Amino acid sequence: MRSHRVLRSAGAAIVVAGVGGALASAWARTETPAASAPPDFARDVQPILAASCVRCHRAARAEGGLRLDTRDGLLEGGDSGGAVVRGDGKGSLLYERLMASDPEERMPQRAGPLASAQVETLLRWIDDGAPWPDGVVVRMAPAARTPAAAPPSRAARSAGARADGPLLSFNKDVRPILADNCYACHGPDRNRRQRGLRLDREEVAKAALPSGRVAIVPGSPEKSELFRRITDPDEKRRMPHVSSGKDRLGAAQIETLRRWIEQGAEWEPHWSYIPPTRPPLPAVRRADWPKNPVDAFVLAGIEKQGLSPSPEAAAPELLRRLSFDLTGLPPTPDEVRAFLADTTPGAYERQVDRLLASPRFGERMAAPWLDLVRYADSVGYHSDNSRTVWRYRDYVIGAFNRNLPFDQFTAVQLAGDLLPDASMEQRIGSGYNRLLQTTEEGGAQPKEYRAIYLADRVRNASTVWLAGSLGCAQCHDHKFDPYLAKDFYSFGAFFADVKEKPVGRRESDYLPDESQRPALEAVDAEIARLRKELERDTPELAAAQDLWEKSLASKRQYGWTVLEPVEASSANGTRVLLQGNDFSIIATTASGPKPPRDTYTVRFKTALKGMTAFRLEARTFEELPKGGPGRDPEGGFVVSELVIQDAAGRKIPLRNATASTPIAGPGAPFSPGAAIDGKTSDGGWALLAADGLEHRLVAEAVEPVGSGDETTLTAVIHQNAGRLRTLGRFRLSATTDPWPVRTEPGREATKDLIEIAAKDRASRTKEEQDNLTKFHRQVAPELAPVRTALRAAEVRKAGLVEDIAQSLVTTTQEPEPVRILPRGNWLDESGEIVEPAVPHFLPEIETGGRRATRLDLARWLTSPDNPLTARVFVNRQWKLFFGQGLSRTLEDLGTQGEWPTHPELLDWLAVEFVESGWNIKRLVRTLVTSATYRQTSRAAPELVERDPFNRLYARQARFRLDAEMVRDGALAISGLLSSRMGGPSVHPYQPRGYWAYLNFPPREWDDSAGEDQYRRGIYTWWQRTFPQPSLVAFDAPSREECVGERTRANVPQQALVLLNDPTYVEAARVFAERILREGGARAEDRLRWAYERALARAPREEEARILGDLLQRHGTQYRADPRSARRLAGVGLAPVPRDLDVVELAAWTSVARAILNLPEVITRP
Amino acid sequence: MEILTDDLRAMRERFTRRAFLGRSGAGLGALALTALVDPKRLWAATDRWRGVLPALHVPPRAKRVIHLYQAGGPSHLELFDYKPKLAQMNDQPMPESFTKGQPIAQLQGQKLRCFGPQHPFQRWGQSGQEISALLPHIGSIADEICIVRSLQTEQINHDPAHTFMNTGTQISGRPSAGSWIWYGIGAEAEDLPGFVVLTSHGRGGQMQPIAARQWHCGFLPSRFQGVHFRSQGDAVLYLRDPEGITHQQQREVIDAVAALTRSQPDWVDDPEVSARLSQYEMAFRMQTSIPTLTDFADEPREVLASYGVERMDGSFAANCLLARRLAERGVRFIQLYHRDWDHHGRIKADIAMKAREVDQASAALVKDLKQRGMLEDTLVIWGGEFGRTPMAQGDGRDHHIKGFSIWMAGGGIRGGITHGATDELGYLAVEDVVSVHDLHATMLHLLGVDHTKLTFKFLGRDFRLTDVEGHVVTQILA
Repeated sequence: MRSHRVLRSAGAAIVVAGVGGALASAWARTETPAASAPPDFARDVQPILAASCVRCHRAARAEGGLRLDTRDGLLEGGDSGGAVVRGDGKGSLLYERLMASDPEERMPQRAGPLASAQVETLLRWIDDGAPWPDGVVVRMAPAARTPAAAPPSRAARSAGARADGPLLSFNKDVRPILADNCYACHGPDRNRRQRGLRLDREEVAKAALPSGRVAIVPGSPEKSELFRRITDPDEKRRMPHVSSGKDRLGAAQIETLRRWIEQGAEWEPHWSYIPPTRPPLPAVRRADWPKNPVDAFVLAGIEKQGLSPSPEAAAPELLRRLSFDLTGLPPTPDEVRAFLADTTPGAYERQVDRLLASPRFGERMAAPWLDLVRYADSVGYHSDNSRTVWRYRDYVIGAFNRNLPFDQFTAVQLAGDLLPDASMEQRIGSGYNRLLQTTEEGGAQPKEYRAIYLADRVRNASTVWLAGSLGCAQCHDHKFDPYLAKDFYSFGAFFADVKEKPVGRRESDYLPDESQRPALEAVDAEIARLRKELERDTPELAAAQDLWEKSLASKRQYGWTVLEPVEASSANGTRVLLQGNDFSIIATTASGPKPPRDTYTVRFKTALKGMTAFRLEARTFEELPKGGPGRDPEGGFVVSELVIQDAAGRKIPLRNATASTPIAGPGAPFSPGAAIDGKTSDGGWALLAADGLEHRLVAEAVEPVGSGDETTLTAVIHQNAGRLRTLGRFRLSATTDPWPVRTEPGREATKDLIEIAAKDRASRTKEEQDNLTKFHRQVAPELAPVRTALRAAEVRKAGLVEDIAQSLVTTTQEPEPVRILPRGNWLDESGEIVEPAVPHFLPEIETGGRRATRLDLARWLTSPDNPLTARVFVNRQWKLFFGQGLSRTLEDLGTQGEWPTHPELLDWLAVEFVESGWNIKRLVRTLVTSATYRQTSRAAPELVERDPFNRLYARQARFRLDAEMVRDGALAISGLLSSRMGGPSVHPYQPRGYWAYLNFPPREWDDSAGEDQYRRGIYTWWQRTFPQPSLVAFDAPSREECVGERTRANVPQQALVLLNDPTYVEAARVFAERILREGGARAEDRLRWAYERALARAPREEEARILGDLLQRHGTQYRADPRSARRLAGVGLAPVPRDLDVVELAAWTSVARAILNLPEVITRP
Repeated sequence: MEILTDDLRAMRERFTRRAFLGRSGAGLGALALTALVDPKRLWAATDRWRGVLPALHVPPRAKRVIHLYQAGGPSHLELFDYKPKLAQMNDQPMPESFTKGQPIAQLQGQKLRCFGPQHPFQRWGQSGQEISALLPHIGSIADEICIVRSLQTEQINHDPAHTFMNTGTQISGRPSAGSWIWYGIGAEAEDLPGFVVLTSHGRGGQMQPIAARQWHCGFLPSRFQGVHFRSQGDAVLYLRDPEGITHQQQREVIDAVAALTRSQPDWVDDPEVSARLSQYEMAFRMQTSIPTLTDFADEPREVLASYGVERMDGSFAANCLLARRLAERGVRFIQLYHRDWDHHGRIKADIAMKAREVDQASAALVKDLKQRGMLEDTLVIWGGEFGRTPMAQGDGRDHHIKGFSIWMAGGGIRGGITHGATDELGYLAVEDVVSVHDLHATMLHLLGVDHTKLTFKFLGRDFRLTDVEGHVVTQILA
């Protein structure tokens, strides 16, 4: 990788080796070489070519047609002509390109400019005739590594600076001002750039502009056009220009720029783009305080402000904090007691190790990761349909629990499918690439959505791993960061091989294990063979088809026509919704309990004349129990009576009912005939349990129905068997076939097909003919054995795959070409096609000419030379344990991100993390065993005054728990929490009708039963357009886009959830039950037991008094109204205790509710 | 009660940084510094958010917005934009010059033919505005409303188009207009959110889904999320006291929580904690006030009759009345979604049914506001996420983004005028084109906000509702 950045300043050349951080901007001054002897090729010139030129200009690449690795190449030149004119350095194109002020022109393109000494060397070498020994081929220099020697400190550097105040840092002090105020017009975006000036590039800022002026003249503010213009008394000339909409610079900002120029205007590359190096530990006065290096950095900062760290938190508080931080759960009273009882050295560390080893650790750590990668159970756009990808969630939990190194974790997610011999688990992990939002909307254009998906993936991967705003470069070059639009699309090209259909349902991939694979492969092969067999053309079949077509065409009538519903309603509150696409009607429950029996009324309009029979079709539907078509738990239904009325409301007499259901039989209570017997209360047409098939009831009309152009009919469907045995999805059809009409076992040709068959063969389109052929193969008697075999194979496969894991995973395809889309416009195809590449200003991926893959990208991200990934990760980890990042902009460490409060600490942690082998548990352990972590969060008043936002970490932070922990905490305290891990997502209580605005299809939330109701929040079904509202109230994100940091709001909805959501009311009443059973006999013992469970402490006297009052008052009230007590005791699915006094239980439930609503309970101390 | 939540803290820090960077004067500087010294000066003694802008940029014409959002894409060609030429060309091929290279939805790859307007138009009021005969009530307020016939949007599918109409971008995770406004200028209500969303189902069959994303606060602090008042069940989620618990008992539990917390010296001083206690008070007030808000018992008969409702029944008409009641109580941004305008087929009959559902109540709302003297400072917007094609899709129309109509009234809008025009077939907006960004810029302008100055820093960029575009449509201002 390239680790050199060479920056020119006024006099001397300054070579910045790739080291960095605020503390250690590694500035190594080199002397200009003596200008006497002509340069020697091997000693002076070859190293420059090797390091800076031949990467792009060699046999394998020859960019611009130019090679600089051989003498011939140099002399022949490239597309733009000869590179050198021997003897005339300044007249050579090479020199011109090395000195170009436009960065798009200037060489080297992929590295910083050459040092002026190097340019001087090349110049004199060309002047000298550019001697090149015979046969010498210049090879690329091996990537230079970070020098081991410590760079000169800032102090040493500042010794030479003028003594008018502290030396200003470009990154910390100056760049934010320039970026905020100047870069919009004088930055990377070439379309907006004014007057050729760039203030993001030193070489342009310090060079003569087209106007002849120089923006920054080091050491001389007065000569600097920049300074003159920001202080220009002429309002119209003063910068930022009025037209920019920016405010004027303040006096302090102007003074900062003035002093910085005066101090020499030293430039630094943006801190986070320089690979971190391990800084030395700072010296501290209180040498006994630090427990590990983290503390040295923190304490140095605290001491610099003349402050002291806070004392260690009390043991119960400390364990409570640690338990929430490492497992997301409060400690049990036993755990607290054990910790208090352990007085031997290392007691705390043992707690840390215990919690790190707990399977709860993975569940806790997974939540923020799932926010980043936008994991959800639904696709997001439009109808927001469900998808099966929970195995990815379980993979993440498992990876944290196994302490999978972060570099491997990265490789598996981005490219698990490309790993050699990818395991099932690695393939599941590669589901990362499938987590984006997708659509099933009809009319969505594939091309547009391909562009949308590419952009989504770029935004996500670049934010997750690089905390960069590459996503902002979709339409134009970035305005503040060096990202180009080309970088955006080149990055997107890494994902061009991910198979993803643009529009439609996300079908999960089968992931058979070793024992399942042979059987699955065999049955797949058989299915493929039989399908081929079915499609095979033979003369016999052709002849048979010809005959069949003729018979089809001669059909006098058109079979069944689905009637189009215009309005639907129900008697008992079932929501019956019309489905546009297949004219079916879907029943759900909008609010309140589901009605056990109901009558649907549906109005239809049709142009059919002389209808002879009606057909009620019960359709299957995946959202129904067992796939429907009925709504009872087995997917069954009973239609007690089907009544069809004409426009005047008169009943149309029906007869001869037949049905496709297995138990149909005349006279029985459940028979088709019972559905037209005029009785709405007894039996009828029934399906006892779902069998995966659609079913039909057909009844003839006694007289033909319909004579006008439009006939209005109303179907009234009575369903009175109870127990929710109602239809979930159905539609009505009619026919004009002559009587008698029966349900047909075979398949029926549609009206369309009959019309095609009626056409002359020559006048059919190919598609029409294909449709006919396809249909014929489904009905041809000659092929019946093949079809039977095929169905049998499909049934076998269905049985097999029931046991096979399924998830969305990554599979590769031939990469789609990726174009730069001008202004992000997907209709514009004029842009250049790009290959996968990482942002141009970061180290390159070296593949030796091979197209770079997602695996290359993953390896690049976690290469020790990548300046960002480790910093980004440790910064986010810091936030988990200290409440805010060292740089608080967790999503953006680019030039607009926040300057870290402790850059050295951040770098130390990043280097430590990489060198530990990306060991996450070790990193966490380092953080939580520090003295910094163990401080109390009770802030001394002076500290609040001096450091209101705790940027010094002279105390711990106290903050409200994340959404899932709020839930898990209440369930844990009550004892309801399930410890079951993994599996399909579950449905905790949700207000009825919350999903009323989902459609295509309408869906209904069924509360999970049994243990699944009490699973940890991480297992909650995540519906992107309507996420679980009790979690949303506590700032859980919708997981539509990458979220690096949840906001932490304080809103009334949170109080409403804790007070009224059945989850919390049930938790309180079960908590109360346990208090009564386990808390002893006396009220004060019980209170003490409750407090220890909820808060790891005993109640104070005042608290006991307040709750005692509440207990007594509500006890009296419930004694007077035991019915209310019983209602309260019945909230939720947990069994109602029969052996306890319900009044006492209700009164203690009030106490338990008060406790569960305490801010302290939902606060991490 | 003082409130110092995370968002406020973040805000204060922004101020601090900016103040130290020397910003002052027109920006946030001066007042922000005051706030630093004493947050109560800016955030007063209640929970009410007063907005991040210390002063409005321009004199406001509107205090609040009611957006009657017709979801699904109402056809401008049957409602507000009469095209006789299209009628003449009915069933003839659509000239390719109109459609070549343009985005298209479900009509991809199909033969495009013209589809004449399915309903007659009439001239209404003194202004003589041309409006569909399907909308006699809206016709009766023709002199109050400004019809914009030249709107354009950039997204052709429902979901992204809604997101674009609400947030100015198709990318998820950006704040909606209501959130921006609440964040920028705060709310007037003490016991209601600043941004309320109402929804009603239509009776037809094409219920395009609506996502909560449409009222999301994006990267703004989550307190600025729109609150969905539901038309069935509890108006606000979790509003009802639990089974077996009286409102008085609820009160006593809240009191106990407050007393327990205040009894701890270590906790009572924590501003985050005292803010939480005040949120419990707010929650309790909402539990009390919202049921009375949605109970129309105190409305006179003639008012109910004018909207065509009898009680809160979740209909569009009931929501219009509820919107007025919310406006009266100081809610800043009220958005009513009415679904089912997605007339791919059978447009003639179905749009007539839709029109009947919304016509009377839309007009009644404007008249009611006017009669109460509230129209002058209430901006009413009526429209959907896009329009429909002049080309037939069977007996319906497909999605269309290149030219469609909305209307606005009150709040500084010039009534009785038509702004902009589409070409002779109603395809492309050709005169005084108004983009969604322009619409947002104009809306903010009427509220006293310069759309370029209401920004929030995220991912290193100063984001705003209008992205990098948007011009105030001055021609339609009164």
